[in-house]
Amino acid sequence: MSKTYYDPADLRKFGNITEWDEELGNKFFDYYGKVFEEGALTAREKSLIALAVAHTEQCPYCIDAYTKDTLQRGVTKEEMMEAIHVGAAIKSGATLVHGVQMMDKVNKLDG
Amino acid sequence: MATKSLHKRDNALAQSKKQLEILSNGIFQNGELPTFKDKIAETSQFPLKAKPLEILQINVGYMCNQVCEHCHVDAGPDRKEIMTKETMQQCLEVIKKTGAHTLDLTGGAPEMNPNFRWFVEEAAKAGIKDFIIRSNLTIIRANKKYYDLPEFFKKHNVHVVSSMPHWTRGKTDKQRGDGVFDKSIKALQELNAIGYGMPDSNLRLDLVYNPSGAFLPGDQASMEKDFKKALMEDFGIQFHNLFAITNLPISRFLDYLIASENYEDYMYQLVDAYNPAAVANVMCTNTLSVSWDGYLYDCDFNQMLELPVNSKVKHISEYNEDLLEGRNIVISQHCYGCTAGAGSSCQGTVA
Repeated sequence: MSKTYYDPADLRKFGNITEWDEELGNKFFDYYGKVFEEGALTAREKSLIALAVAHTEQCPYCIDAYTKDTLQRGVTKEEMMEAIHVGAAIKSGATLVHGVQMMDKVNKLDG
Repeated sequence: MATKSLHKRDNALAQSKKQLEILSNGIFQNGELPTFKDKIAETSQFPLKAKPLEILQINVGYMCNQVCEHCHVDAGPDRKEIMTKETMQQCLEVIKKTGAHTLDLTGGAPEMNPNFRWFVEEAAKAGIKDFIIRSNLTIIRANKKYYDLPEFFKKHNVHVVSSMPHWTRGKTDKQRGDGVFDKSIKALQELNAIGYGMPDSNLRLDLVYNPSGAFLPGDQASMEKDFKKALMEDFGIQFHNLFAITNLPISRFLDYLIASENYEDYMYQLVDAYNPAAVANVMCTNTLSVSWDGYLYDCDFNQMLELPVNSKVKHISEYNEDLLEGRNIVISQHCYGCTAGAGSSCQGTVA
């Protein structure tokens, strides 16, 4: 048994989740594959979105996977970092916008 | 970035034997990953056999004005292996009678061979349908004596294929050396100015993309769109096709993989992306590679690994296309580089 919660080698075993539930596993991977196909958004744009979300979700597997995926699509370091800042801005914005709730509550209780 | 070849640095990986040992040991010896032979045997594709020849690729020497980080040739200014006029003459005899539709000159920088222009002039007379010269672009701007190369290429209706790792300066110079991007842009503009790469032009200009690090190339068609958009918007440059080529784990790229502790992960990537459909069209089955000293190989990579053709015919002087056809292709684990994803060849993807 691994002594750490995350093992980089587990990423290549992702597909094994179908072994314990083939139907749902396959449905998930079909869906996943379809989502990342070229559509109204390019596969490159989708990859950058995935990279930003991988960071906001703080998923180490996803960060490994989409760092590599964006590199493969010719994305530059500058573009990658900007994408992460978009994720970070939404994350911090989501925290700070709750400050309005705090302010409302203070005003009500102690205004 | 190194300015000398592995050979000049006396790096152990300059020796093909050492490279082949690495590719056969470790994860391939302990069974973590299947050998290429076992993998293609799973789909009854072993042994790979040579089909009728389509592409005759001639390496006229390992000398180059650049020392690119990932060069599989280990080329550079310090390499002295140069094809002689005598060997060129032997090649010309073959070029006159070959059934191949494509003649592909490579190096090093082929233009640095002192007999390059004579050879091109003579070879062009054979009238082969597609006559490719793999030019690194910067050579055109390297010295005054090369400034007229675009006109020379045009005069002989040569198809120019050039490396361009990215549409940004940073990524290009990281891989190919400081200043390479600006010189390449200038050279591309000069080629465009005389008609190369223009939409309806017969003067073919294609670019080769290979990744700047330990990852595989993205989708060739998407990359081509991105390259075309960026090069047009930023520099007004046009070209015909982009070939996305996978870096094979040999020579300087193997050295880089090991030094950066990416070797095993990269081999896993290649094996995970293995595509039997690419095996069916892999370039060694329709190509023959001739080295600077006239020996024959299944591909340029096997040439660098000193794995000669498995045939009675070993040298251009004893060339016999009929005898070479049907030969068993010589393989090792580097071959996974040509069968990953959409496949990879000197002409881009194959599947």
